[in-house]
Amino acid sequence: MTTSKEQETIQQQFKERMDEDELMNCMRCGFCLPACPTYVESGYKEEHSPRGRLALMKAVIDGDIELDKDVENSLDMCLGCRACEPVCPAGVNYGHLLEEARDTIHQNKKHSLLVQTTRKSAFYGLFPHQNRMRSLTGFLSFYQRSGLQKAFHKTKLNHLLPENLSSIEKVLPKVPTRKEMKDRPSYVPAVSTAKKRVAFFHGCLMDTMFRQTNDATIQLLKLAGCEIVIPQDQACCGALHAHSGEKDGAKELAKRNIIAFEKLKADYIITNAGGCGAFLIDYDHLLKDDSEWADRAKQFTECIKDISSILVELDFHKRSLHLQEQIITYQDSCHLLNVMKTSNEPRILLKAIDNVEYREMEKADSCCGSAGIYNIVETEMSMKILDSKMVNVKETQAVTIVTANPGCLLQMKLGIEREGLSDSIRAVHIVDLLLEATNSK
Amino acid sequence: MITTEIKEALIHLVGTENYDDSKVSKLVYSYDATPQYQSMPAAVVAPRNKEEVAEIVKLCNTHYIPIIPRGSGTNLCAGTCPTEGGIVLLFKHFNSILEIDEENLTVTVEPGVITLDMIKAVEAKGLFYPPDPSSMKISTIGGNINENSGGLRGLKYGVTRDYVLALEVVLPSGEIIHTGGKLAKDVAGYDLTRLFVGAEGTLGIVTQATLKLVPMPAFKMTMLALYHDLESAANSVSKIIANKIIPTTLEFLDQATLKVVEEYAQIGLPTDVSAVLLIEQDGPMEVVQEDMKKLASICQQEQAVSVNVAESEEEADSLRTARRSALSAMARLKPTTILEDATVPRSEIAKMVVSINEIADKYEVNICTFGHAGDGNLHPTCLTDARDEEEIKRVEKAFEDIFIRAVELGGTITGEHGVGMMKAPYLHLKLGDAGINAMQAIKQSLDPNNIMNPAKIFAKDTRKRVVVTK
Ligand SMILES: Cc1cc2nc3c(=O)[nH]c(=O)nc-3n(C[C@H](O)[C@H](O)[C@H](O)COP(=O)(O)OP(=O)(O)OC[C@H]3O[C@@H](n4cnc5c(N)ncnc54)[C@H](O)[C@@H]3O)c2cc1C
Ligand code: SF4
Ligand code: SF4
Repeated sequence: MTTSKEQETIQQQFKERMDEDELMNCMRCGFCLPACPTYVESGYKEEHSPRGRLALMKAVIDGDIELDKDVENSLDMCLGCRACEPVCPAGVNYGHLLEEARDTIHQNKKHSLLVQTTRKSAFYGLFPHQNRMRSLTGFLSFYQRSGLQKAFHKTKLNHLLPENLSSIEKVLPKVPTRKEMKDRPSYVPAVSTAKKRVAFFHGCLMDTMFRQTNDATIQLLKLAGCEIVIPQDQACCGALHAHSGEKDGAKELAKRNIIAFEKLKADYIITNAGGCGAFLIDYDHLLKDDSEWADRAKQFTECIKDISSILVELDFHKRSLHLQEQIITYQDSCHLLNVMKTSNEPRILLKAIDNVEYREMEKADSCCGSAGIYNIVETEMSMKILDSKMVNVKETQAVTIVTANPGCLLQMKLGIEREGLSDSIRAVHIVDLLLEATNSK
Repeated sequence: MITTEIKEALIHLVGTENYDDSKVSKLVYSYDATPQYQSMPAAVVAPRNKEEVAEIVKLCNTHYIPIIPRGSGTNLCAGTCPTEGGIVLLFKHFNSILEIDEENLTVTVEPGVITLDMIKAVEAKGLFYPPDPSSMKISTIGGNINENSGGLRGLKYGVTRDYVLALEVVLPSGEIIHTGGKLAKDVAGYDLTRLFVGAEGTLGIVTQATLKLVPMPAFKMTMLALYHDLESAANSVSKIIANKIIPTTLEFLDQATLKVVEEYAQIGLPTDVSAVLLIEQDGPMEVVQEDMKKLASICQQEQAVSVNVAESEEEADSLRTARRSALSAMARLKPTTILEDATVPRSEIAKMVVSINEIADKYEVNICTFGHAGDGNLHPTCLTDARDEEEIKRVEKAFEDIFIRAVELGGTITGEHGVGMMKAPYLHLKLGDAGINAMQAIKQSLDPNNIMNPAKIFAKDTRKRVVVTK
């Protein structure tokens, strides 16, 4: 319970920080409701809809409601998938409002123990530090290779973990050894004359747990005719921070990245994780009130491009691409789709692979429920969303589910695991699949 | 107003999970799509079947507790704003399509079914449900019936009323009645079905509806006619009807509307013209092609600068979708968009367009206009800021003038959005005292305790206002 004094402070901060004009832009037409996974999965509860959440934010500002646990629950339950944005004719920037609201709340409250520990260790101890990410991955790798994992499963000790954590643990990729993770070159020349000079944003999760995918990305860029610069001083994008109300941390990371990339004079900054890309592309908003950084951030964001976009731009889909005969489908990454507005390119690439039948999945554009650490802190809703997703996956009869973001990839793997389909369906990152298609004859 | 006893009784009826009186749920059911109306209910209740609805109604009737039935809350007349408190009644458990009868060409649904879901389900069987309010991807059938909603296809096919064959209604007494049937003809007594259509939840609660379907038209064509002045566009509308052609769709958008819609939809709409008409025709291929030729030549005679036919169904669909987003897209321009719904006979549409512009000038307010021109149903939309009290006063005056002018031209104050709370003060313009008395007599006899959506349709006070804050 918060005291009325505390309530007053929060309300005051809401008033100061939230963009009221933006909130008033919402004319409450409800056009966003059917696009919102939490509205649908909650059985059409207005408090779990974008319109409801915006109304609650406005009500806190207006003093019509206190920021009680139910208001917080409504905001916590939001996936931050931003599916409500492209469908909003009024152009309400929901994502920005949510971020601001969450950050304000965060600054005023004490988190539950689980969330607190996950956050603290993740946000300040882990993600900002590439070497620490590596040691965590190193630990995972040791755990997987040493037989400890087997023993853990055998003794069913993993059952002590909450249901989804233990399943998540099962679907984690085999991580590279520390040796395999030895630093890669910071420059990869083009095969012949470079068609484009690109800088690669390797991400933190991507560069450790999904290092192979990053290596594949570099190879594809090279095949497509790029010269590639990989600045060593780049940092985590800050998305996980900002989406969980750690905005100041996110700003610091943004500045580090701007410094690392702006000097490279690259045509594009390439990402292969929709979640990171969408956050990088939002740096101009994040730093808009910082006069020293606003312009630099704007220039930075103009260079951001997803790997699938540059591949299509450089006609990669016109190369010969083969795979074994199979049905594949694609699950959009919410942020790639709704924020980076990239949805055709992955499909163009996938449809260009010989022997493969591409089948569009019903509601491919709807969130899979992964959403950062959402699947750990809001398990129930996340699993509901995932189960609905798997129904649509099965409908396509696809044996390969293609994704474009590490969180989605893990969540789809989790879905396959939960359905007991690990023997017949696989989930892959689009980059890995494309490399496979380039190599196989 | 809801005592612990009543609360317990309600929970006993519907289960804890379907009764909510938390502050959050009261807040998120305190509004609809009408700007600046907000008022908290005492609780939110989601019955699971009609028997529960009947029990709730009886309980509320005994204790004089207002009931506000609510679909998706997209109405534009403050029809679901709980201005008198009471309980908001949700239909989330009433979301089944019960039957598609291919022999009688009917569909039977529960009121919580989303309009577009139903349209898709019947189209999958080669059948067609024409009423398509722009909000159809989220509006419910219960809401459509109670507002008697129209849509883009209204010109040729009519509005919701023309498709409602039978209703199951829980009366304020708790009795359940069945009106109409799967019948092409039925004159057994008063036409209660029509009475409940457009009743805005003030006479009873619809728990089931049987709707008429028609065969899917074989062919469809869509075109856009561009104009350098509003009047020519409006004249084209009257001329088309006078030439005895009834297109499916005949929509009007002015330049300001085009600009915001294009900003959202980004489909290359012309933003350098003063107005466009979106015209569609459906039916047998030869007839459609012939009609489209005639339509194009009428538009050209009326000074259209160009007439473009959509080349694919995708292109046509993006034009329709863009048109449907018009109202919400306006919100991009100003914090508050207040939309009206005045309707005149088709022949008077050009005069009405001119009058709207004159009135906007007179009160110095910013009004954009779009709407179902072919139906004579325009949506003059005022872009304003509810925080600017002085301007809001002028907006109210302008709307009053628009209503008066519409009625003068033989029209009405609302064509499809309903009276609700918002237009209640103006109802007398259309009906006169005797008309209102007749309606009140009906209300009084069915709902003597005034529990069903009170303060809607009939004004409590006479102060005319378009905007009320809390
Ligand atoms: C952007 C936008 C575009 C729109 N376009 C159109 C359009 O083209 N044409 C048009 O006609 N309207 C339009 N509307 C208005 C609105 O969408 C319609 O009135 C729609 O029918 C309302 O449906 P709903 O489910 O949201 O109903 P609600 O708004 O929830 O309710 C509407 C009324 O029905 C009553 N009600 C709901 N369910 C029941 C029930 N089961 N029993 C008894 N009473 C009930 C409510 O009490 C209320 O009076 C538009 C609205 C918006 C925001
Ligand atoms: S679509 Fe946009 S304007 Fe409409 S309710 Fe949702 S956020 Fe508000
Ligand atoms: S971000 Fe996603 S979950 Fe959150 S309100 Fe928007 S659509 Fe719903």
